[in-house]
Amino acid sequence: MNITYLDNNATTRTDPEVVKEMQPYFGEFYGNPSSMHSFGGRVQKKIAQAREKVAAGIGCLPREIIFTSGGTEGDNSAIFSATDSQPDKKHLITTRVEHPAVLSTMKNLESGGYHVTWLGVDEKGRLDMQEYLDNLRKDTALVSVMYANNETGVIFPVREMAQAAKERGILFHTDAVQAIGKIPLDTRNLPVDYLVLSGHKIHGPKGVGAVFVRKKSPFRPYIMGGHQENGRRAGTENTTGIIGLGRAMELALADMELKNKKMSDLRDKLELGLLKAVPNAQINGETLNRLPNTLNISFSYVEGEAILLMLDEFGVCASSGSACTSGSLEPSHVLRAMGVPFTHVHGSVRFSLSRYTTSDDIDLVLEKLPGIIQKLREMSPFSEQNEPIGCKTGN
Amino acid sequence: MWEYTDKVKEHFINPKNSGLIEDADAVGEVGSLACGDALKLYIKLDDEGKIKDARFKTFGCASAIASSSVLTEMLKGKTPEEASKITNRDIARELGGLPKEKMHCSVMGQQALDAALRNLRGEPPLVQDHEGDVVCECFGVTEDQIRGAIAGNDLTTVEDVTHFTKAGGGCTDCVPDIERILHELKESRTSRPEPVKADRPMTNIRRMQLVTKVIDEEIRPNLKKDGGDIDLVDIDGTRVMVALRGACSGCPSSQLTLKDFVEKKLRDRVDEKILVEEVNS
Ligand code: FES
Repeated sequence: MNITYLDNNATTRTDPEVVKEMQPYFGEFYGNPSSMHSFGGRVQKKIAQAREKVAAGIGCLPREIIFTSGGTEGDNSAIFSATDSQPDKKHLITTRVEHPAVLSTMKNLESGGYHVTWLGVDEKGRLDMQEYLDNLRKDTALVSVMYANNETGVIFPVREMAQAAKERGILFHTDAVQAIGKIPLDTRNLPVDYLVLSGHKIHGPKGVGAVFVRKKSPFRPYIMGGHQENGRRAGTENTTGIIGLGRAMELALADMELKNKKMSDLRDKLELGLLKAVPNAQINGETLNRLPNTLNISFSYVEGEAILLMLDEFGVCASSGSACTSGSLEPSHVLRAMGVPFTHVHGSVRFSLSRYTTSDDIDLVLEKLPGIIQKLREMSPFSEQNEPIGCKTGN
Repeated sequence: MWEYTDKVKEHFINPKNSGLIEDADAVGEVGSLACGDALKLYIKLDDEGKIKDARFKTFGCASAIASSSVLTEMLKGKTPEEASKITNRDIARELGGLPKEKMHCSVMGQQALDAALRNLRGEPPLVQDHEGDVVCECFGVTEDQIRGAIAGNDLTTVEDVTHFTKAGGGCTDCVPDIERILHELKESRTSRPEPVKADRPMTNIRRMQLVTKVIDEEIRPNLKKDGGDIDLVDIDGTRVMVALRGACSGCPSSQLTLKDFVEKKLRDRVDEKILVEEVNS
């Protein structure tokens, strides 16, 4: 069966160009970049080139890039750099809708004695700028706000927020894992101290990422050991991964606008088509200020895992914020923070497109999904006429 | 992705008996939309008082739908009396097993059945009107339901209880209460085991019951301590076919476990002639 892959916010297909670039460094050129001989030096050169490519992608200096094992390590190391370097400041600001890589780290710091301000979002998934400004304090060690949300695609006003923090001498971290490659992003006009990206979300390999640390912003090594990455991240380099990330970055930026236009056209086609074909569906998240590839849609009175598994029968890959798919018993923290009504919160599906997505992919979903929803609704004891009373969760 | 058995997938993709019965003799309803799953079970009897038709309406994930579907199949042809013996384990077993995080779906099936049978007997539905009964506010789970799940499934940890009842899976405020209940039940259980081997010659039915009981009460809890598990696959006379799961499956000493522990225990407690075989299922 053909795979119709619409789950690109989870991971992306590795670009064949990327694989080709990495290939020789698995076998033939296995040297250690730290070695003195030219065999290792050859690899070192290749890593330096990758660093330049990643730096060029976000408009920074090569030495402001530290390679990591991925988004989670990047987020962790940025946050702990800010707290460890300013031990007197015990206040942190973040949002309720961050990725677990930030959410869990913040919760951890909170139970360790930090005071954390958790910024909420409105029903469209938007932050309240005034609430944010009111919470900036003298003892704020760090603000951490994602550039765009992975579930809804909603883009946050990170530039304005970072500017306000900078004016008050407060460090700012942004998890840009979902934004990189999908919208233009340049650290020269984005006054953040830390920015995190990941390889496998931009058609690069898994297990590699980078953290941008602005020159003069404090950084504490998160992994201790050798002198790699200028003594800021120990451990022998993931050479193939880094080389792949460099190439992926390069490819992501080539004709980004064109590719994004195509992507958002297809996304809009899917969105309009589904809203037209399926009654009682709603889009989760603000539609204007949104990543061009993401559609989060909820269908009332049905459950997300059931939808996904029925789509799976046709080879369609997507994800859901329902409780049953999250491995926990409660629906997605993002949708709950937005106050999505309990009639809809369990029936969410996220489609996320990529530059490989075709019109046929979208047509297949438009052909199959309305029938699936109808089948599940016929099976459901609930309906618009038969509005049930709820229990506490999801409200 | 969850590892569902083919049977689960089959009952999910092509559910049997979905829909309602207009002139049902009994209806049982559990769960709610806000909680993320709900099941409404309809039962119709024939002239002899046996279940002629059973249908369901379910809101929930694949395993909730599959549990409902398989339950309606199991009910057909049974008397209400026989139906009342169906447990959540039977439902899970009939599906070839459920991921442990999904056991609450089988529990929902059993609860809907209980509710329908109460309705059939003319008893009012169990309402959780006094706050005191509800242990888990997030999912509206009562102390009785938790106790029932623990006793019926040999649950030993809070995590188990969450998998089977959902209690504790939200804000976690109720976790201390669940711990208390687990503790109380453990205390009261230490007086076991009462002898099960006695009345022989034994009928096949009796032997089956005893084997199941001993596996459930004495063997499984022991294996679980080491992260393993056991499924009873079939019983044919004195041949008992089992499958080892979890840490036990593929464990180099699993043959030892089988002969030295499982078989010994069953011979000891049920019947000297028992032979235990491992099968893959
Ligand atoms: S009260 Fe049980 S999880 Fe919240």
